[in-house]
Amino acid sequence: MKPHVSRRQFLRIGALGAGTLAVAPTLFRHRPSAASTFPVQNGDTVTLTPTYCEICFWQCAGWVHAKNGRPWKIIGNEDDLHSRGRMCTRGTAGMGAYTDPDRLRTPLIREEGPRGQRFREATWDEAFDFIAARLESVREQYGPESLAMFSHGNGATHFKTLTKAFGSQNITAPSYAQCRGPRDDAFLLTFGEAVGSPERTDIENTRCLVLIGSHIGENLHNGQVQEMSSAIERDARIIVVDPRFSVAASKADRWLAIKPSTDLALLLAWIHVIVEEELYDAEYLAQYATGLDELKEAVRSNTPEWAYPITTIEPDVIRETARMMARNAPATLVHPGRHTTWYGDDTQRMRAVAILNALLGSWGRKGGFFYPSTASVPSPEHPPFPVPRWTWRDLAPNDYPFASSAIASLVRDATADPSMAPDHPVKAWLVYGSNLVYSLPDPDRTIEAIQNLDLLVAVDIQPSEICGWADVVLPECTYLERYDDLRILPGREPQIALRAPAFEPLYDTKPAAWMVRQLAARMGLDDFFPWDDMEDFLERRLRAVGSSLDEMMRIGVKTLPGASPLYIQPGEDVRFNTPSGRIELHSQQLAASGFDGVPRFTPHPEPPPGYYRLIQGRAPAHTFARTTNNPLLNELMSENDLWVNTATAEDWGLENGRYVHLRNQDDRVSRFPIRVRVTERIRPDCVYMAHGFGHTEKLLTKAFGRGVDDNEILADVKVDPVMGGTARRNTFVTFELATAEVEAI
Amino acid sequence: MVIDTKLCIGCADCVVACKTENEVPEGYCRDWIAEATSGTFPDLSLEYRSERCNHCDSPPCVHACPTGASFVDEESNVTLVDPDLCTGCKSCIAACPYDARFVLPEGYVSKCTFCIHRVREGLDPACVSACPTRCMHFGDLNDPQSDVSRLLRTRSWKVIAPAAGTEPNVYYLT
Repeated sequence: MKPHVSRRQFLRIGALGAGTLAVAPTLFRHRPSAASTFPVQNGDTVTLTPTYCEICFWQCAGWVHAKNGRPWKIIGNEDDLHSRGRMCTRGTAGMGAYTDPDRLRTPLIREEGPRGQRFREATWDEAFDFIAARLESVREQYGPESLAMFSHGNGATHFKTLTKAFGSQNITAPSYAQCRGPRDDAFLLTFGEAVGSPERTDIENTRCLVLIGSHIGENLHNGQVQEMSSAIERDARIIVVDPRFSVAASKADRWLAIKPSTDLALLLAWIHVIVEEELYDAEYLAQYATGLDELKEAVRSNTPEWAYPITTIEPDVIRETARMMARNAPATLVHPGRHTTWYGDDTQRMRAVAILNALLGSWGRKGGFFYPSTASVPSPEHPPFPVPRWTWRDLAPNDYPFASSAIASLVRDATADPSMAPDHPVKAWLVYGSNLVYSLPDPDRTIEAIQNLDLLVAVDIQPSEICGWADVVLPECTYLERYDDLRILPGREPQIALRAPAFEPLYDTKPAAWMVRQLAARMGLDDFFPWDDMEDFLERRLRAVGSSLDEMMRIGVKTLPGASPLYIQPGEDVRFNTPSGRIELHSQQLAASGFDGVPRFTPHPEPPPGYYRLIQGRAPAHTFARTTNNPLLNELMSENDLWVNTATAEDWGLENGRYVHLRNQDDRVSRFPIRVRVTERIRPDCVYMAHGFGHTEKLLTKAFGRGVDDNEILADVKVDPVMGGTARRNTFVTFELATAEVEAI
Repeated sequence: MVIDTKLCIGCADCVVACKTENEVPEGYCRDWIAEATSGTFPDLSLEYRSERCNHCDSPPCVHACPTGASFVDEESNVTLVDPDLCTGCKSCIAACPYDARFVLPEGYVSKCTFCIHRVREGLDPACVSACPTRCMHFGDLNDPQSDVSRLLRTRSWKVIAPAAGTEPNVYYLT
């Protein structure tokens, strides 16, 4: 084949639309290297607007392309450390959030009567007056602390400010106690710092990557996906521990098909081998760590032979992989993962991961964990927030001593059961972009809690299930139709990114920032928002760091000066932010609170005969339960499958494609059936599904009734006593053969 | 086009990138992901392939087309369809061993064009540009210095359905 490549650079750049930058030729004068990312078709007018993605938390920066004013495509920003010029599947499909015909279109107020689904369309004024009046009444009766906010996403910034200005610090998100909390707190306890988001993992330089249940490639945490790809290309060693032959496992040198729930036993056996064979980084530990003797003593009996019957991983494989890690240290990364609320002792499991990394000397070392930099960008100053009389910690003052963030499930539980903390009533919820019915375990309990509220406001772009339970629904425009606060996240360099509107908001939708200003005006809280509009707000933040809105419209992403060194320098004196100032292999803090100072393995319950442990994960086409109705992504994956091992399927006479309902150990049956995927790629003792399906809201026309929501059938949700995380993987399910095909729903 | 199956994770970013770039209507796609598992638990291997029209050197679709709508672009050697000449008779669809073609609601056949409109501007096809694993490479196989030629010299590779005799131009590194 002989492709003829013409080098004509054909650029036809059109007029400016309101709030949109048409790419002026100057852009290419400043950034000739970027020209290749900006194709234009003959005769078409193409406008580019900078954004950072809101489809997941990775927040990749890119360019929204409109062709002749119509939505066209989204391409990564070459200068962005998150996207490295390439959006993931979901980011590329971001336009689907804008074009989805099922979007919320107008404010809604619940009709009188019981909660759930009976709404009337309202004007924005009506909606704001309603909310302001109810909040005032809550403040008068119970105090401002009775307002709790649940959030997900960067658009929440100004609602958080509003909540604090109102007088409440009860701001929480399921992304902590339902997801990454155990990891964050385990690393805080060990190194005095969390791994953060995006994670400070130096996969780009690692020589040995260890993934424990972390399925990079199926989770599309973009930077990590790209770095893992480069690691594969460099022929780095990869060890994957997973009951399922994940995509990452298929790229690995060693796949350890562990029995689920036994990861801590494997980790302790690895630590045992590294300690016994003195494979640890003695110099690093002598300089930076404390508690090696206690650690040695604690893991003395955790031999590979001890771990074998527990984990089903053979002793020689445990030894060999431990040595592989040590051989490549300190450029060995035992990846901390992200979703880590599995069994209820998750902080201790993640502590074992942290300890293993410490033994290998990976923290602060090339190919391990780097030291990130975050841009410091002052905001327009506002008066100090009122000091609340109580916070979420007072809801359970004797529990979860190491929780570093508010526990969403705890706030939910206290709302459902006011006797838990009678002096601290939670009476109003402001829910931003967080579908609590799908993200908090025990959805019945969530709905019960909602019945006790005087006010539930849901801010969303689509009719998520939580909206159906709200008193007021505020329809936000999508991230492609609004400014938001700057993206300021940790990374190898301090970077900021701009999100600007590429299109006028569709229907009667509005940006969150506008909503907040309208509410603040009614609530007498204007002083906390000392700016005219988002352009003014952004302009003032950007001026403070020597940039401008005009510049950011042209470049989208800017790297600021002041990057700190990525790694600990040889011999460098480092004080860790722990009580001892050192890396704590044995945690004095945990021990003093009555927890194990060094993690100890305790077996978890086993599935009864005929039941299988339900494990969950991500699929590359979707983010949680929030993208299943996106037309572009729904087309890729409209329902989740239940992965069942071939032998298990034979036992039950299940064939590929057959729909089954799932019954858990508490006899709870899934509302919808799920399609069986018979595969060799999973152990026979467990089943797997992607999270986020089985929507019950009929207004989500594409997602409704497709697949099963793992959240609704969770059982034995143990709560991590260290930090309040809620365990998802103690659920055992069996199959109920569906009588009707899924079309009959 | 050369695609490294060692790197491909089957994420389908290429599919969405193609759909948005080429404004492919809902329900259709010009590229897709094939997944192949072999072995039995726990001795397994897994391969993902991003598949599309192979722009064959011996294209059965072009031979089968009664109207001349399917043709090989002289400038680029890319197989294209002229919608004005296409009657939607589906002869090409029957002839293609790769199932790469489909009829649009407008009544004519569509398929991957290797993003010829981009290639003419000196750009990679949209799928190649989007791929987060950078597993896809596009270039001139007649140029021994090109990335694609170098990869085929230094790595083992395969094509799909070689026995069909189509001489396909999408190569999969193994």
